[in-house]
Amino acid sequence: MSEVATPIESGLWTDVWQRLRRRRSVHAAAGVLALLVFLAWIGPALSPHAYDALDWERMGAPPQLEAAHWLGTDRLGRDLFVRTLHALRLSLLIGLLAALVSVLIGITWGAVAGYFGGRVDAVMMRTVDVLYSLPYVFIVIVLASLFERGSLAALFLAIGAVGWLTMARIVRGQTLALRRREFIEAAIACGAGSGSILVRHVVPNVIGPVVVYATLTVPQMILFESFLSFLGLGVQEPLASLGSLINDGAREMESAPWLLVFPAGVLMLLLVSFSVLGDGLRDALDPRAE
Amino acid sequence: MFRYAVRRCVGMLPTLFVIVTLAFFVIRLAPGGPFDEEQTLPPEVKANLEAAYGLDRPLHEQYLRYVAGLLRGDFGPSFRMRDVGVSELIARGLPVSLTLGVSALLLALLVGIPLGVLAALRERSITDHGVTLLSSLAIALPAFVSGPLLALVFGLYLDVLPVAGWESGQPRYLVLPVVTLALPMIAYVARLTRGSLIEVMRASFVRTARAKGIPESQVIRRHALRPALLPVVSYLGPAAAFAVTGSLVVETVFGLPGTGRYLVQGAINRDYTLVMGMIVVYGSLTLLCNLLADLIYGWLDPRVRYE
Repeated sequence: MSEVATPIESGLWTDVWQRLRRRRSVHAAAGVLALLVFLAWIGPALSPHAYDALDWERMGAPPQLEAAHWLGTDRLGRDLFVRTLHALRLSLLIGLLAALVSVLIGITWGAVAGYFGGRVDAVMMRTVDVLYSLPYVFIVIVLASLFERGSLAALFLAIGAVGWLTMARIVRGQTLALRRREFIEAAIACGAGSGSILVRHVVPNVIGPVVVYATLTVPQMILFESFLSFLGLGVQEPLASLGSLINDGAREMESAPWLLVFPAGVLMLLLVSFSVLGDGLRDALDPRAE
Repeated sequence: MFRYAVRRCVGMLPTLFVIVTLAFFVIRLAPGGPFDEEQTLPPEVKANLEAAYGLDRPLHEQYLRYVAGLLRGDFGPSFRMRDVGVSELIARGLPVSLTLGVSALLLALLVGIPLGVLAALRERSITDHGVTLLSSLAIALPAFVSGPLLALVFGLYLDVLPVAGWESGQPRYLVLPVVTLALPMIAYVARLTRGSLIEVMRASFVRTARAKGIPESQVIRRHALRPALLPVVSYLGPAAAFAVTGSLVVETVFGLPGTGRYLVQGAINRDYTLVMGMIVVYGSLTLLCNLLADLIYGWLDPRVRYE
């Protein structure tokens, strides 16, 4: 999380960093998150099993040291430890990519609307308002059903496509304030085109709030993805996402509760640490809020 | 206020129209149709089926027919569930989903507001920290995690409540789904109440009320609580939308015969009319809830005037 705290404008960001470092809950959350990312990265390599390998000897086996099924196996004899970490990796990856997509769309949309103002602004922001008023889950479900089931690219596109609305509003607000500043006028006076002013002067100056909101977007995207996979619209077999693992586990919780408990626990840790981190960041940026 | 409500209702129509139009055309962009998965169908039969449902006509004609049907209150036939109209499916499932959503909203208010008040009055006490901590946890947890876990603990290990099923709405079967749906809402309501009550308790009109010698409980009940609940009321709109989407998950987790599962099934099966029907119903529900929240807001805050 260190890139968040890079002193962009030294005064404000040094303060934020200081306030952030003083919070113990933020330390704990960052630690848990780092551990999860590390596990997702190297974890599957620790186990002798592959995520889609079937162990015919031990189907639906409870957690055991024997045969290195540390978290047990599912109905088909696939190792839960590897599947959970593999799913975690996939969830993190899709979350990050979808957040990136939504941030890019949001910045472009908001900066253009705020910079050109007038009718362009009215039309663009009205569109955002209408999309806001639609229940987003339906948009995602409809979008996800548009593509072949199980296409990962389509999945994060569908998720990212609805995540940009708030970002567009934030960037537009910032851009409106920036537009009246002298350095923008100076750039116009120098004959710079709208495109280069947007890229060179507007976007770099809105990056602060964008970074903060982007960290809050990542867990939202992970949640979306797990939600879709839980409903069976997202990641498809033999790949697994935390959402689809939880769905499978919930079906068999009477005979094999570990199939539910471990994936649910990992997703819980992930979301809670993200949300503690996000709260800490928001508080650190706004010292009035206790 | 009545005129305002009527005008807002009329104002909802264009939004609904936009929703219907967008959804209609976006769904049709998807590859495949409702009769694709039955591979045994000879082409002539499939063509006949499509002709019977009007799917062979140009898209704009289908659209006009659909909208005309909607205006008559007819949601059309379901493509996949033979011999059943979408209106009938909605009529069957909606009472279940509404019971679930409304109970969860009420539970959220009944539990969340007292918790928030308790935390606010004992600011920085153990109670306060406990409420804050639990609410962060409840907000971060999605229903598809908390639901199965609650079912595991209360349904299997403690064996006090049924894990799934509806049984025509017996209260015992309602407890777990409603609690699952309500948990994050309880947390939000508690948080909002706590924050705003702490602020209101420092306002000068509360000091005045105390100075008049009114007992503390009366000060809170009569003077402080009403303005402190305004943020909670504004949250009712988003909360209703949340209850709608949450019911999708909760109905899946607990196997309830509500409307939520139709949306997912319909999307997977390309059952166009079923998905459209769900979108129209849930879209209007969300809009109505927002209107209701605005009206309650005006009733609580006398400064709001309906123009």
